[in-house]
Amino acid sequence: MKFVVLQFPGSNCDQDCFHVIRNVLGCSVSYVWHKDTSLGETDAVIVPGGFSYGDYLRSGAIAKCSPVMSAVHDFASQGGLVLGICNGFQILTETGLLPGALVRNRDLQFVCEHVYLRVEQESSAFTGASRTGDLIRCPIAHMDGCYYIDSDGLRELRANNQVLWTYTDRDGAATPASNPNGSIHNIAGVCNRAGNVAGLMPHPERAAEDILGEESGLAVFKSMLAFHQSGKAFNAASSAS
Amino acid sequence: MKARIIITPKKAVFDPQGKTVQNTLEHFGHQGISAVHVGKFLEVEISGEEDIEAVRARMDEACRRFLTNPVIEDYTLDIIPS
Repeated sequence: MKFVVLQFPGSNCDQDCFHVIRNVLGCSVSYVWHKDTSLGETDAVIVPGGFSYGDYLRSGAIAKCSPVMSAVHDFASQGGLVLGICNGFQILTETGLLPGALVRNRDLQFVCEHVYLRVEQESSAFTGASRTGDLIRCPIAHMDGCYYIDSDGLRELRANNQVLWTYTDRDGAATPASNPNGSIHNIAGVCNRAGNVAGLMPHPERAAEDILGEESGLAVFKSMLAFHQSGKAFNAASSAS
Repeated sequence: MKARIIITPKKAVFDPQGKTVQNTLEHFGHQGISAVHVGKFLEVEISGEEDIEAVRARMDEACRRFLTNPVIEDYTLDIIPS
């Protein structure tokens, strides 16, 4: 399986993702610069974390206008797998590839801590290596990570099983205290309606090998690999958010 | 010509900055404040002699597509002739 990792001015998790994909997952990976207009031959796109364009205007607002994002749109509309992590999640909501938006954290503070994520459904291309209810422990590091969507949008997310990960406590209970940023219904990550584009604020790539003290985040990347190896494919016509 | 754009969080979006400013105003004795909304102000300077309505239409599109996120923000746009 071949991945590409996008690089914007201000990306700072690109090398972490690259390392995990190549050295831990054992897949082929290359970088694509934001000014490129083609992704080349690839099976998946990672939009990494960081502070693209200094978060000017809004987090992800400038990055969504980068030339490479047209190629990402085309790739996603053809059923390609796209995963946005942290700032990458913000960019994908700004582009409209994912529903909702990320706003300033409830407590107006940058949060940098470990959280527990509960896998909400195991049938997605990004969670297939887990079981529903499994917990992933990984770091978060963001200022604008409060997931917002209006009530109609939330109903649609629920109806279509688009909520993939929820912030919980260590026992898997989604409580107000285990919600680090005020996200609606403790939502940490979602996918589009077709299921081929996903985003989450936490950093699974920073919790993907034993030497770092935590490896449960690797499940996200393993899921993408397993989906690809299964030979399943998304219908291009249904791959809109 | 100038475009002046005021961007505010949608009323349905919790605005912790606005709430904190409101609480602080009340702490200083200001009464009767029902809400505070903290947003952004953009001033765009436009050169050349263009029709004001054409500029308004162009800036309105920029607001919808780029300068604001319609999922979470509202805006007002004023065009100020030179």
